[in-house]
Amino acid sequence: MAKSYDLIVLGSGPGGYVAAIRASQLGLKTAIVERENLGGICLNWGCIPTKALLRSAEVFHNMKHAADYGLAAEKISADLDAVVKRSRGVANQLNKGVTGLMKKNKIDVVMGDGKIVEKGKVAVKTEKGEEELTAKNIIIATGARARDLPFAKADGKRIWTYRHAMTPPEMPKKLLVIGSGAIGIEFASFYNDMGAEVTVVEMMDRVVPVEDEEISKFLEKSLKKQGMTIMTGAGVKSIETSAKGVKAEIEDSKGKKASHDFSHVIVAVGIQPNVETVGLDELGIEPDERFHIKTDAMCRTNVEGIYAIGDVTGGPWLAHKASHEGVIAVEAIAGGHPHAMDVNNIPGCTYCHPQIASVGLTEAKAKEAGHDVKVGNFPFIGNGKAIALGETEGFIKTVFDAKTGELLGAHMIGAEVTELIQGYTVGKTLETTEAELMNTVFPHPTLSEMMHESVLDAYERVLHM
Amino acid sequence: MPINLQMPALSPTMEEGTLAKWLVKEGDEVASGDLLAEIETDKATMEFEAVDEGTIAKIVVAEGTDNVKVGEVIAIIAEEGEDVAAASKGGAESGESSAEKPKKEAPAPKGEEKPAKLSQDVTPKVTDPAPKGDAPASDGERIKVSPLARRLAEQKGVDLGALSGSGPGGRIIKADIDAAEGGSAPVNSQAAAPAPAPAVTPAPAPAANDFDIPHTSEKLSGMRKTIARRLTEAKQTIPHIYLTVDIQLDKLLKLRSELNATLEPRGVKLSVNDLLIKALAVSLMQVPKCNVSIDGDQLKTFARADISVAVSIPGGLITPIITSADTKSLSTISTEMKDLAGRAKDGKLKMHEYQGGTASISNMGMFGIKNFDAVINPPQAMIMAIGAGQKRPHVIDDSLQIATIMSATGSFDHRAIDGADGAQLMQVFKELVENPLGMLA
Repeated sequence: MAKSYDLIVLGSGPGGYVAAIRASQLGLKTAIVERENLGGICLNWGCIPTKALLRSAEVFHNMKHAADYGLAAEKISADLDAVVKRSRGVANQLNKGVTGLMKKNKIDVVMGDGKIVEKGKVAVKTEKGEEELTAKNIIIATGARARDLPFAKADGKRIWTYRHAMTPPEMPKKLLVIGSGAIGIEFASFYNDMGAEVTVVEMMDRVVPVEDEEISKFLEKSLKKQGMTIMTGAGVKSIETSAKGVKAEIEDSKGKKASHDFSHVIVAVGIQPNVETVGLDELGIEPDERFHIKTDAMCRTNVEGIYAIGDVTGGPWLAHKASHEGVIAVEAIAGGHPHAMDVNNIPGCTYCHPQIASVGLTEAKAKEAGHDVKVGNFPFIGNGKAIALGETEGFIKTVFDAKTGELLGAHMIGAEVTELIQGYTVGKTLETTEAELMNTVFPHPTLSEMMHESVLDAYERVLHM
Repeated sequence: MPINLQMPALSPTMEEGTLAKWLVKEGDEVASGDLLAEIETDKATMEFEAVDEGTIAKIVVAEGTDNVKVGEVIAIIAEEGEDVAAASKGGAESGESSAEKPKKEAPAPKGEEKPAKLSQDVTPKVTDPAPKGDAPASDGERIKVSPLARRLAEQKGVDLGALSGSGPGGRIIKADIDAAEGGSAPVNSQAAAPAPAPAVTPAPAPAANDFDIPHTSEKLSGMRKTIARRLTEAKQTIPHIYLTVDIQLDKLLKLRSELNATLEPRGVKLSVNDLLIKALAVSLMQVPKCNVSIDGDQLKTFARADISVAVSIPGGLITPIITSADTKSLSTISTEMKDLAGRAKDGKLKMHEYQGGTASISNMGMFGIKNFDAVINPPQAMIMAIGAGQKRPHVIDDSLQIATIMSATGSFDHRAIDGADGAQLMQVFKELVENPLGMLA
């Protein structure tokens, strides 16, 4: 017997569960289907638990530098099991939080593997057998998973994905991280702080390749200073695992191949969408060239009544983009006219040490797009609060259109920048120009003053340099 | 807390409307999506749907009320469990704007089982009742525009007043300037994959506060924009005064058929309107105080009567001009008019043929319109609105007879033309039409 709903959401990650809550607010009878944990990867195996790990690493790092602050900390050590346990506790707490939110919003949670069997009908394989749900509208929010390297299939023992890296069977002594995107760099940073010897191999000519070039350059220098080995323009050719560890053949930027020994490998070479079991082909739902689901500005697929949001669709593959799309899709379903997503106004954050945050166009992309640019740059060393914190590493860069004063992009690296970027994001969303940013009063003493100074610098009016 | 139901803005430009009909009454329970009322704007009658659920505690604005400003409280809804009687008293006073609402409501759902309450502002579905201060009110115009859009408009010479914004609450954003300039597509398209929009889905209207009835949207044509701008300008800047006379038409109709009989060999057939054009032109020359235009701090009085004649064409209206209509023969006027109207319909008028004129005439008689008040065509100072010639009971020499009567209403720019002068023009016009031989001499 099929249960009937106004909306079925497949997947309960930050896209799916937010969509379900919004639907409930708009009076839609909603069911959410989840095969594993409410909250999805973000909350159980991604954003949140990694932040818990990185916080431990940060505290540990500060303890090691206690003397810099006139403090003494002796015999300090890290207990990886306890650190991981704390991280799992955080994930668990939030998972319960989402469970509570579903209940509060009277959303039916169906645990099991969901498949769209026909337009308006979802079959869920639950523990008790198959359950059938019907609804006029369906949102696919099944997310994505780590992409495998064909020659380095993750086994959870020596070769890890992010997921293994989050609950490691043991502390790696010598770690190879393949890929220097947000995930790779965050784990590299974590294990480096925890005391592992870390090598990062990146195929592109710089680390964090989506960020502004100056950010990449600065980060690479900083990571090297922390003791990491960074190989850019390099590729891992083969990997052999043994009981003792891993032998990797790496070709460096000059084309020279050499064999290196590691204890463990983390593969972080991107994601692939979870589309296989959704029923896309049967329904004729169109994928894009990277097999993500194609959607329009209102998150509609080419099949009426079927929407898709988050990582299963085109990038950027970020939790907050998924959540925002969830709201857009539901409001469109409810007959509203939500605003369309502008990818240039989606901020991105990487929680390595030092942190990276950015929104909008990089300087190079802005020039590529034909903008005549004005660029501002202000270093942490010029900021009183940064000096007081003992965090003098980093800078804030802003990119403006020289003619119109449009804020095209902002790029930051340094302590707490992930908490600063939303200031520029609000500005961009409101279509600010340099004038409003200059006219804004920034509180003293804060790191945010650098945001002001960076804008002033772009117009040759910087005060504290 | 009782919910104040506000007059919705059913289109981005709507400032007020008529509450045509209530579809609910006090005491009715309503759920989200229920039809509450029919609201008329100058353009259309639209249905107003409920967003909140509850009980109609009080209807504040009675049906049939005209000119209800957007944002005005029109009814009060008591939420579930609230005392309807109390709500009907309390709700209206608070008069809070929708912008304030979320703040006050936000803490409420905490710890409650109830799903978060839907207030008018959270859903774009029905409307986004603009807070009063934001509406482009007649007092002090405030254009909502992003800083970037304002600067781009300055740089590109785009008139912000002529744009309607597609941002939240009708805010003009960069994409609107780009569109106005014929530049690149709106920002939105960057996020859009090649849209497989199903054919049945109405175009997603950009305006946040657009209405949800299936509709089609098309961009305003240049002519429509001009009409909109000029008529708005006229009604907003010109204090109109309207003077109506009833005119007996029988003699003019007789003269016309006699003239047409003699003109037939020349291929000319006079219309009633041709005669009225001439009559208006002659009247204007006789009452020069009405053949004027206000130009800044000067009053111009024209030495010629050029009559702009309203011609309905596909997609709008245009006013070709009969110059010096006071001195032209009826056959000339008729021939010229036929040529101008024909070319107007083909869109082939030259600019000087429809720009200028000292006064206008608009005839809706062929549609059976008894009489109407026309909008002055600035910078002119008067327009004559002609109704249908109809057989009506008419008192002639103290006895009730049947006569062909036509009502004509002159709209005058009251800044330039005093009532008495306008009245004199109407009198002369009536005299000429009733005794048409006077305009032949």
